[in-house]
Amino acid sequence: MKDNQHSSYWKTNIQYLVILLLVWFLVSYGAGIMWADSLNNIRLGGFKLGFWFAQQGSIYVFVLLIYIYVRLMNRLDSKYDVND
Amino acid sequence: MDAQAWTFLIVGLTFALYIGIAIWSRASSTAEFYVAGKGVHPITNGMATAADWMSAASFLSMAGLIAFMGYQGAQYLMGWTGGYVLLALMLAPYLRKFGKYTVPDFIGERYYSQTARMVALICALFISFTYVVGQMKGVGVAFSAFLGIELKWGVIIGSGIVFFYAVLGGMKGITYTQVAQYCVLIFAYLVPAIFISVLMVDNPVPQIGLGGKLSDGAYLLDKLDSVLTDLGFREYTTSHKGKVDLFFVTAALMLGTAGLPHVIVRFFTVPKVSDARKSAGWALLFIAILYTTAPAIGAFARTNLIQTVHDQPYNSLPDWFASWEKTGLLAFDDLNGDGKVQYYNDQNPDFASEASARGWNGSELTVDRDIMVLANPSIANLPAWVVALVVAGGLAAALSTAAGLLLVISTSISHDLLKQSLKPDISEKGELLAARIAITVAVIIAGWAGIDPPGFVAQVVAFAFGLAAASFFPAIVMGIFSKRMNMQGAIAGMLVGLIFTAVYIIYFKYGGGTPDQYWFGISPEGIGTLGMIFNFIVSIIVSRMTAPPPPEIQTLVERIRIPRGD
Repeated sequence: MKDNQHSSYWKTNIQYLVILLLVWFLVSYGAGIMWADSLNNIRLGGFKLGFWFAQQGSIYVFVLLIYIYVRLMNRLDSKYDVND
Repeated sequence: MDAQAWTFLIVGLTFALYIGIAIWSRASSTAEFYVAGKGVHPITNGMATAADWMSAASFLSMAGLIAFMGYQGAQYLMGWTGGYVLLALMLAPYLRKFGKYTVPDFIGERYYSQTARMVALICALFISFTYVVGQMKGVGVAFSAFLGIELKWGVIIGSGIVFFYAVLGGMKGITYTQVAQYCVLIFAYLVPAIFISVLMVDNPVPQIGLGGKLSDGAYLLDKLDSVLTDLGFREYTTSHKGKVDLFFVTAALMLGTAGLPHVIVRFFTVPKVSDARKSAGWALLFIAILYTTAPAIGAFARTNLIQTVHDQPYNSLPDWFASWEKTGLLAFDDLNGDGKVQYYNDQNPDFASEASARGWNGSELTVDRDIMVLANPSIANLPAWVVALVVAGGLAAALSTAAGLLLVISTSISHDLLKQSLKPDISEKGELLAARIAITVAVIIAGWAGIDPPGFVAQVVAFAFGLAAASFFPAIVMGIFSKRMNMQGAIAGMLVGLIFTAVYIIYFKYGGGTPDQYWFGISPEGIGTLGMIFNFIVSIIVSRMTAPPPPEIQTLVERIRIPRGD
C-alpha cells in the first residue's frame, strides 16, 4: 500500500472515530448526565427522558455505534483493499 | 423437591458441564493456552467476553445498588458498558493486528523498553489479583448462603473447578466454558426479571416494563418517585448530587473497562482484525441484555418491597420475609412497638418531624442490597428451581470472571516475565508447563485470599478501574494513534498516572481523608479519569522534549493500523 493511500485510509478512519465518539459522548455524558435535568421535563411514555438516557438509551446507542463502525470499516477496508 | 435440593442439582449439572467442556478443549500449545489459537468465532468470543466481564457483583449486586441509588446508578450502567465503544473503535482491532499475547507485550514492544514492559506487568498483576480475590469470595458466599457449606469449603470447591478447566485448557478451555457460563447466567437473570415484570406491569419485556403502568394505572416510575418522597427519600428518577463526580466516576469506569487486561486479551483470540471489531459489538450486545434489565429489576424490586412491607403488620407478611430474615440480609426491629413495619429515610432531618408526627421512631427495616436479585424469585412466588437457577447464575458469573483474571496472572508470569525477560531461550513446552504452574499457584493464592481477604480488597473496584484508566488506556491509545509517542513519554505518563491515582485512592480510603477534601468534589472511584488526563499531558510533553521513536517502531505503528498483512 502506498503512503498517500495509507494516510487517506487512516484519515477517513479518524473521521469516523471522531463522529462516532462525539455521538458516544453526547448521549452518555450529555443527555445522560449534563442535560439530564432539563431532558427530564420531556416524557417518553412512562420514562422521564433524561433518566431514560442515563439508564437505558445510552446503552442501546453504544451497541448501535459499534455496529455502525463495523459496517463503515468493512466498507473502507475493501475500498482500499486492505481487508483481511 | 425443595429449593436446596434443586440448587444442588442445578449447580452440580452446570459444574459437570464446565468440566466436560474442559476435557474436550485441552490446550496443546502456548498459542492455544494464551489466546485459544486465535481461532475463536467473533460471536463466541463476544459471549465469552460478556461472561468474563460480568462478575458476581454485576450479577448479584448491581440491580440492588441501582434500586437504592436511583438515577445515580447510571454511573455503573453507562460506565460498565460505554468502555466497549472505546475498545471497539480505539483498541481491539489494532491490538489484534499487533498479534501478540498480552498487554505488557504491546507496551514493551511499542515502547522498545523492558522498563515499560515491567511497569505494565506489575499493573496487570495488581489489577487482576485484587479483582480475582473478590470473585473467589463471591463463590464462597454463594456456596455458604445457599448450599449450607462453610465459606472456606465453598471457595475450595470453586477454586477446584476453575483450576481444572483453566490449567487443562488455558484460554481455549476458559473461552468455551465462559460461553456456557454466559448462557447459564443470562437465563438465570432474565427468567425472574420477566416474571416480575409481568407480575407488576403486565409486560414480558423488563426494559419496556420499566416505563409501564401499574395495575392502578399510574406509571411505575412516577409511583416510585411519589412513594419515596412520601417516606422522606429523594426522588428515584432525578439527580440530587453534583454532576461533576457522576461524570468522573462514569468516565473512570469506561476508561478502566477499556484498559482492563483480562478484557483486552479476549480480543487477541479472534482470527482477524475485522473479527475483533465485530466481536466487541457482540460482547456489548450480550452485556447490554443484562445491563438494561438490571435497572428494571432495581425499580421493580424497590417498589415491590415498599408496597409489600411498609406499614404492614409484621405477622401478616408473606413467607419469604421470614426466610430472608434468617439469612441476615433482611432485618426488622419494631422500634415504636406497634407491630407494623415502618420503612423510611430516618437520616433526613427535614423529614424527622413528619415521621414523629406519624408515630414512627426510626426506620425498622434493614435491607442488604444483594437481596434484590436473590429474593426476586421468592418475592414473585416463582418455583424453587428458579431460585436454584439464580444461584447457579451467580456462580457462573463469579467463576467466569475469576478464570479470565487467573489467565492474565499466569500469562504475565510465564510469558512476560519468564519468556520475554528472564529466560528468553525457554522452549515452547517449558513455557506451557510454566504457564500451567503459574495458574496453579495463582488459583491457590487467590483462593486463600478469598477465604480471608486482606482489608484492601474491599476497595478493589476503585483501584482496578482507576489504575487501568490511568495507566494502560493512555499508553495503548497513544501507542496506536501517535507515531511520535516514545519510550520516555509513555513511561513518564504511566508512572505519573499510576502514582497520582494510587496516592489519591490510598489517602481517601485508608489515610483518613474526608469527602470535603476531594479535589473538585471527585471521589476516589472517579479519580482515575484525572489520572488519565495527567498521563496524557505528561506523556505528550515528555515525548516532545525527547527523541522520536526509532524508524522500526514507526513502521510497526503503520503496520498495526492496516488490517491486512503481517
